[in-house]
Amino acid sequence: MSQLLERAERMLESARGAEEIEVYVASGVDTEVQAYQGEVEELTTATSNGFGVRILNDSAGGARVGTAWAGSLDDEAIVNALREARDNATFATEDEFVAFARPDGVAAVSLTLTDDAVASTPLDQKIAMAIELERLVRSGDTRIRQVDSANYSDYVAEAAIASTTGIRASYARTGAYVSVEAIANDGGDDQTGWGLSAGRAPHELDIEKAAADAIRRATRMLGAVKPKSFKCTAVFDPRTAATLFSIIGSALSGEAVVRGRSIFANRVGEMVATPSFTLLDDPTDARHFAASVYDAEGLACRRNVLIERGELKGFVYDTVSARRAGTVSTGSAVRGGIAGSPSAGCRALQLAPGDVDQAEILRRVGNGVFVESLIGVHSGVNPVSGDFSVGVTGLMIRDGQLAEPVREITVASTLQRMLLDVVHVGSDLEWLPGAAAGQSVAIDNIAVSGT
Amino acid sequence: MIGPCTLACMKSTLVEHEVLQRTLGEAMARGGDFAEVFVEDRTTSSAMLDQRRVEQLSSGHERGAGIRVVVGDTTGFAHTANLTESGLVAAARAAAAVARDGGGGVREIALGPLRDNPSRATILPADVDKARKIELMNHADDAARSEGSSITQVQVALGDSTRHFVVANSDGLFAGDHQVRTRFNVSCIAKGDTGMQTGYRPIAGTRGFELLSADAVAEAARGAARQAITKLDARPAPSGDLPVVLAGGSGGILFHEACGHGLEADAILKQASVYAGKVGQLVASPLVTLVDDGTVEGEWGYLAIDDEGRPGARNVLIENGVLTDYMWDYLRSRKEGRVSSGNGRRQSYQHLPMVRMTNTYLLEGDSDADEIVAQTPYGVYVAQLGGGQVNTATGDFVFGMTAAFMIEDGKITAPLRDCNLIGNGPDVLHRVDAVASDFSMTPGTCGKNGQSVPVGTGQATMRLTGVTIGGAAV
Repeated sequence: MSQLLERAERMLESARGAEEIEVYVASGVDTEVQAYQGEVEELTTATSNGFGVRILNDSAGGARVGTAWAGSLDDEAIVNALREARDNATFATEDEFVAFARPDGVAAVSLTLTDDAVASTPLDQKIAMAIELERLVRSGDTRIRQVDSANYSDYVAEAAIASTTGIRASYARTGAYVSVEAIANDGGDDQTGWGLSAGRAPHELDIEKAAADAIRRATRMLGAVKPKSFKCTAVFDPRTAATLFSIIGSALSGEAVVRGRSIFANRVGEMVATPSFTLLDDPTDARHFAASVYDAEGLACRRNVLIERGELKGFVYDTVSARRAGTVSTGSAVRGGIAGSPSAGCRALQLAPGDVDQAEILRRVGNGVFVESLIGVHSGVNPVSGDFSVGVTGLMIRDGQLAEPVREITVASTLQRMLLDVVHVGSDLEWLPGAAAGQSVAIDNIAVSGT
Repeated sequence: MIGPCTLACMKSTLVEHEVLQRTLGEAMARGGDFAEVFVEDRTTSSAMLDQRRVEQLSSGHERGAGIRVVVGDTTGFAHTANLTESGLVAAARAAAAVARDGGGGVREIALGPLRDNPSRATILPADVDKARKIELMNHADDAARSEGSSITQVQVALGDSTRHFVVANSDGLFAGDHQVRTRFNVSCIAKGDTGMQTGYRPIAGTRGFELLSADAVAEAARGAARQAITKLDARPAPSGDLPVVLAGGSGGILFHEACGHGLEADAILKQASVYAGKVGQLVASPLVTLVDDGTVEGEWGYLAIDDEGRPGARNVLIENGVLTDYMWDYLRSRKEGRVSSGNGRRQSYQHLPMVRMTNTYLLEGDSDADEIVAQTPYGVYVAQLGGGQVNTATGDFVFGMTAAFMIEDGKITAPLRDCNLIGNGPDVLHRVDAVASDFSMTPGTCGKNGQSVPVGTGQATMRLTGVTIGGAAV
């Protein structure tokens, strides 16, 4: 049994009377290197640990939960948090749907999500990767004027969940990343592009690819102009498409549905997307960087099909949102670290790949806009109304080929409409950090706003 | 007025003076140029009312130290939740690992007496009965629903934080601050034939519970509800370049994005901002005088000292259209041989400080707000902005409108659905052609390189001769 799980189990011993306790304990070791002009600009090394505790009191009128958290595992912090959580519970509204997760018989899959190389790789080697990444970008193209940050980061994260309702779960994950932002100039305006590579350990990172990506993205935007407003088909590249899938995923949360905040509520069984669109949330696929054995309530993660060939099949649920909806948890509880309360959310989205590559999609689309980066997703997308309007840089598509770069434009539609307007899904599935993998998609009826 | 202090805030140093001195000495032992210990203790509480149910009552506490060592252009940083001398020394050694040439052994650091800054809050969060908080949330819920039966969802969130820190560095600086912040947000959903629409109003300040009167929360709740109901009749926003009138308050987000981030010295020193090398030049309309001001007491971005121990200050960034200065933290000002402008901020002890805004606002002008609208034949009136983002290297930025209307023949007419507006900072700043005198401020959360800090933005009603509206109607 992991030390964290033992720690979590010990905290359960303080349960009083009929109350239930759930404890989430987490610890992490992080390293971050930022290189600049061939030197280390910032080097951060840190270890952290903490816990979140929830206490539940059941009565005839329903259950009440109180929460507390602390950024340490000291005895004093534990005693104080238990006291605060207990006190908070007395002020909550009695709610018949509130409950902690109980073991549901679904077996956890076995996944390898850690690599000892994160801990065993010498710091000097990690530093060398960041410095090399910067050098490759600076020397890769004479039009690269500046590299304002080249970063290496990695982590080892462990967590355990235990509850008086029978939950016992512990898991670990490692990750390593490099990312770089390049600024290009050829006499006119500056343009930027960033590249990244992600893996479970440093040896999985492709520094050359990250550097080449940043250079290509920055240099091909040189000379970008602002076009006139027009309506067209937009092709989202894998990275921007992944952002789009994450937004759709947030509206497929059972939490959003039971809180009356989802554009998909009461639409199960309807065709909400084109038949080429199949979206699933599958944390048991180890290729996904966000793969996980257990959810944030300690239930086994599982494969959930959300939209199948255009038809809405269902939502992801945690325990409480499932009870409210009259169903059972899909093992999809997520929480924002020790300070967060569990809620339902997608963790590892992927779209079933299509059978055409990006070049073929461009050829079939003929004329339109290619979306390479997004800005203002948080301020321009309203997941409740479905209104979608984001700032974009990219390239025009002319005669089936990428053409001149465009900037300072927005692309707009509604999420509801965009799903029904998906005309091509790419075969170029790319695993990316974050809640969604990405691949090229073409979407019709997009309003491009320029001059 | 200075409020009563709880026991926690009386323990003003968090870590003994001598322990801090020895930790700094250890941090400098390998030959650093500068070392700093930042010790923080933060208590938070939050609660949510969703559909009249009180949920997610949570209390949190964290305490720890972040230690940085600067050697030449390199910064080493480590943080720990272990505030014993051995924990601090271990973190100091980890941070000092960047100093590779060794040094002359442990250095003697002499700290002056602590310059402490008590909180100005009159009602501290710890002294507020939880039942009173719930009563206020219910009051807001009632007020929102009283606006009409189309309001189907009301969510009210209340949160507060009590943040106490001390910062000590190898120059002998030793300062502390007690920051109490309170926020109250109301989100409403209205449902109609056209689907669902949202409304949102925040109240937030660097103040205690005195910030929240029953009237203030009810007013915010009614505003959020009306905003959602109004948008049920909204039509898709237009696209293309149109004149835009920004109502006083949240329009300050425009300046935060269009030039604020580009005036932060970290971007400037790396030549990663369109404003680098432009001090003394006309960068905006002569109507633009832009200030970043950490001294506006009670505002969301207020600070007595920044997270490097430098007093908050009022800094004029653009005066009558001419760029006068950038914003600075310790590290960037040291490189330029000048002093920090009090803009060194960090999310917590687990983060390195960097250049951040505080309260950023446009000074008011002398036009009349109603006149500005009346003199706009055709355009968009933005009553509330919801956020934005900028690429400082290219200057391209967006800001999202969450309450907007058409202006036709000088009158505010049809409501518009949410969308982003997009522009290029240096271009848009020249397009300000009217500024009114109805100044107000809005709280927001600013994210940069993964760190969030509270900021204020402000302006009076103003007009831009043209901005690209990113609507769905082409």
